[in-house]
Amino acid sequence: MSFINYSAREINCKLVYYGPGLCGKTTNLQFIYTKTKEDAKGKMISLATETERTLFFDFLPLNLGSIRGFKTRFHLYTVPGQVFYDASRKLILKGVDGVCFVADSQEERMEANLESLDNLRYNLQEQGYDLDQLPYVIQYNKRDLPNAMPIPELSAALNPNKVPEYEAAAVDGTGVFETLKALAKQVLNELRKGTT
Amino acid sequence: MMNPQMVMYEEELAQLQATTDKLLRDSRSQTILLVDKNGQMIVTSGGSTDLDTTSLSSLVAGNVAATGGIAQVIREDEFTGQFHEGKDISVHMTLVARRIILVVLFGKETTHGLVRLRVRKAIGELTSVFEALERKAAEQSPQQNVFAEITDDDIDNLFND
Repeated sequence: MSFINYSAREINCKLVYYGPGLCGKTTNLQFIYTKTKEDAKGKMISLATETERTLFFDFLPLNLGSIRGFKTRFHLYTVPGQVFYDASRKLILKGVDGVCFVADSQEERMEANLESLDNLRYNLQEQGYDLDQLPYVIQYNKRDLPNAMPIPELSAALNPNKVPEYEAAAVDGTGVFETLKALAKQVLNELRKGTT
Repeated sequence: MMNPQMVMYEEELAQLQATTDKLLRDSRSQTILLVDKNGQMIVTSGGSTDLDTTSLSSLVAGNVAATGGIAQVIREDEFTGQFHEGKDISVHMTLVARRIILVVLFGKETTHGLVRLRVRKAIGELTSVFEALERKAAEQSPQQNVFAEITDDDIDNLFND
């Protein structure tokens, strides 16, 4: 649910990075944080366990600049990927404007990817959303690893509707901004479509 | 969708600001924030310039969401209020119109009792502004919305840095 402030001339949108545990959601946000100019970002917050696993969420506010005189702000969130934090994941999806599903390209994580994707669809439904109606991109992360599965196989299993998909190695930043831009564009397009 | 898009106009923003400014004075508190349940900050009164209101808003929303989750588990409808007691600064949070969080940060200059009393008075005013806002947003015709005119180039230009 974007928030349009006509008085302050601002648009605020919420993007959520979803995916199985250790797929690289937090790493995506960390890379975006380190590569964004000081005046275009706020503080990154990570509510994590002592072992640096996401406990509740990571949060990164970004100011992308102005569009037709309106400042565009994107609030980026990650969910905790571990299966047993499902209640927290549901909460973070509330008010979402766009979703990035971060898949782990490693063969042994395929089942976890599928389970997380099912969980995403189900949790969105519970909040009254339909994944097929939302701005949505998929990122195949960890392409740098030797056991990464071929893209056609990943795509066939995880992306039957052929939403925009990107290869990434979030650890060195490959594909991170491409994914973010694609999602942000979809969200802004949706804002436009919703008004015509 | 369950959540309609939230919009804010000059007139209503001024009303909300006036109410929170008055609450700030009457309750002798330090900072007041109005935050929507998704963590977007709407209004702030008082507070020092170095207070990170963006982070605060997101964390407050997360906190209220988590407590809402607890309410569901124990089959309680909703916890409408929360209080965090600190050594120097305490935080009082109250739900307004089911979708807005009124956050009051206060120190030793006042008491929790006074804050609660003044908050209760302010909630009625805030609720009517938000209800009016919802009606106004629902009545707004699509043509009035500036985003209908956004072009692909406008969107592309955002990413040219």
